[in-house]
Amino acid sequence: MTILTNKADKIDRLAELTQSSEAVTGTSLWREAFRRMRSSKMAIIGAVIIGAFVLVAIIGPWVAPHGPTAQNWRSEVFPNQGKFVGMRGENWFGLDHLGRDMFSRWLVGARQTLLVGVVSMLIGLIVGALVGVLSGAAATLGGKAGQRVDTVIMRFTDIMLSLPSLLLAVSIAAVLGQSLTTVMIAVGVVQIPIFARLLRGSMLVQGGADYVLAAKAVGIRRKRIVLTQILPNSLSPVIVQATLSLATAIIEAAALSYLGLGNPDPAIPEWGVMLSQAQRFFDNEPMMAAYPAVGIIITALGFTLLGEAMREALDPKLRG
Amino acid sequence: MSLLELDDVKVHFPVKKGLFFDRTVGHVYAVDGVSLSIEAGQTYGLVGESGCGKTTLGRAVLRLNDITDGGVVFDGTDLAKLPSEEMRAFRRRLQMVFQDPLGSLNPRQNIESILSEGMAAHGIGKDQTERREKIKDILAKVGLPSNALSRYPHEFSGGQRQRIGIARALVLEPDVIICDEPVSALDVSVQAQVINLLEELQESLGLTYLVIAHDLAVVRHISDVIGVMYLGGLVEEAPSDALYAKPRHPYTKALMSAVPVPDPEVEDRRERILLHGDLPSPANPPAGCRFHTRCPWVQETKCATERPPLLDTGDGHKVACHFTAEIEAGTVKQTLATGIEAVTGTETVAAEAVEVSEGETETEVPAADAPEKAPVTVPAQADADAKEKAAAAEETGAKASDATDVEKETADATDEASGATEKAEGSPKA
Repeated sequence: MTILTNKADKIDRLAELTQSSEAVTGTSLWREAFRRMRSSKMAIIGAVIIGAFVLVAIIGPWVAPHGPTAQNWRSEVFPNQGKFVGMRGENWFGLDHLGRDMFSRWLVGARQTLLVGVVSMLIGLIVGALVGVLSGAAATLGGKAGQRVDTVIMRFTDIMLSLPSLLLAVSIAAVLGQSLTTVMIAVGVVQIPIFARLLRGSMLVQGGADYVLAAKAVGIRRKRIVLTQILPNSLSPVIVQATLSLATAIIEAAALSYLGLGNPDPAIPEWGVMLSQAQRFFDNEPMMAAYPAVGIIITALGFTLLGEAMREALDPKLRG
Repeated sequence: MSLLELDDVKVHFPVKKGLFFDRTVGHVYAVDGVSLSIEAGQTYGLVGESGCGKTTLGRAVLRLNDITDGGVVFDGTDLAKLPSEEMRAFRRRLQMVFQDPLGSLNPRQNIESILSEGMAAHGIGKDQTERREKIKDILAKVGLPSNALSRYPHEFSGGQRQRIGIARALVLEPDVIICDEPVSALDVSVQAQVINLLEELQESLGLTYLVIAHDLAVVRHISDVIGVMYLGGLVEEAPSDALYAKPRHPYTKALMSAVPVPDPEVEDRRERILLHGDLPSPANPPAGCRFHTRCPWVQETKCATERPPLLDTGDGHKVACHFTAEIEAGTVKQTLATGIEAVTGTETVAAEAVEVSEGETETEVPAADAPEKAPVTVPAQADADAKEKAAAAEETGAKASDATDVEKETADATDEASGATEKAEGSPKA
């Protein structure tokens, strides 16, 4: 009897379910990926780190207890004699070689670092994606002439890829002169061939898919096939790469600043600049280098974790 | 005038090599001279093993592949030479249902978007609301709930996805639908549903189908006319029933002989032709008759040098073979030396009875080639007394081979042989 009632219950519930499904809205792949990311520890840790970093970058200059360039404690620091001031109540991160408050400099520097990272990543992403779309669209639907266009573009990106990225960035920065914009452009240009190649490859894979053939068979125009069919399905590796390359962009920008190709005004703090300034006094005061270094490492880690989590969430093979 | 006519269609894919400048080093002859015609309202079935070019041919009709040579005449217009924009307009009338139901649906578009995109491209329906009404109509026709509109392809089952694929073709109100293996990716139970759906739609909407498949049962069920393809060319074409009743081309014979018959007595007597070797590479097809490298009836004259044309042998039954009449009359015998194996039921009994007598009790049962169950049970029961069994089996073995010697392929012989089989089963028990 209980079994019977159970069965009746089950049937009722099934009926309810099917009726309530009248109003269902489908879950798109993006939404599903987002849902899966929310249950991934890696994604949460990465997001928390990035969130904290962005928060610091935004509010940092306002909450900084002292001016980042003010040499308030010049008289207490004697770098030539190896006399520094470490952590204390007034200056949480101690003082640098000119008697400036390290904590304030660190907070303000976060904004510069984020700015450099995001802008240079965007330069790489936008230009690279444009080149990639052009190349990919030409290769998949452009016929013989399109394939020739694709070949030319790809050989060019191959040449760019074959140069070591830092070397390329240094040469660009050297040509354009010393400024923060130079750093952004140099780091961004290095990313262009990576994005271009990635998007083109992804589009080639998707271009051979059955649904593209189906769209062609239905009679959709080529431009529209690229925009509505191929491109949306090719984007996920590019988004993952964008997140991951934020990490490399920050590191490379720091490296350029460290090499002295960054902002000509060393007074404006940036984590890379701070690191290069700390180098001379590393023997006496290693903590001076530690703060910006740890900042760079943790931020890069955050972006990497989020990027990897996104890669997993967007992988169609893992779709549950 | 037929609705769709293919005239000597050739699709050759260039094989390219080279680092900077692509050199064409050869061609893959995927489709090499196929002519056929499909009447309005008819279903044309195209069968052949994988790699024979049937899918390429189907795609060539829609110009999804470039056509190297030949004509595709649809309703009086040669599609092969149309400029691409005019061809795009024609695609409304020629639609396709794909093999992989999930792969052929864009995973990032919901059903409404998938279905309305084609309509928008051809200017069907004034606005989105009008299109939505039409889509709901079609969804009901293919047996999908109307709440499917806002859902995504991965939220449906395999059969439902194929229904979506069919709906996508139907919203454009086509005249011809090319079904490329429409059910081969589906469960058997769902296959029947989809096939029936296709038939219903044909009846109510007056559609013309070109069905590409390798499943002979499916093709027989749905087709009016069937064409058999081998290595890029048609080898036989006939009305469905005629082809299944009396296949005439050696390749078709071999293909048909691979289908098991649900009647055990017929199945026992059935002659099976096993083809040796693989499909030759379409990049380097054999000269002369494409099938001569594997043909059981291959002759020294003509076969290797002259390609047989597809000729009508009466009643619309077209065959591309030099020796159709001779094979039928029996004046041309199977040439065993080329590696053919004609397995008859009676021979199997005899062979296995002998194997038993050699004392190999549990091993030698060629499972696939043995329709009889009897010899299988003999070794299983015979473990007890090897001597007695050996003697008995020797006796039945002799009888069985006698029977096969006298009248190998007549029904009487089979009866006698199965009598012998019964004895073989009985004697070890006694």
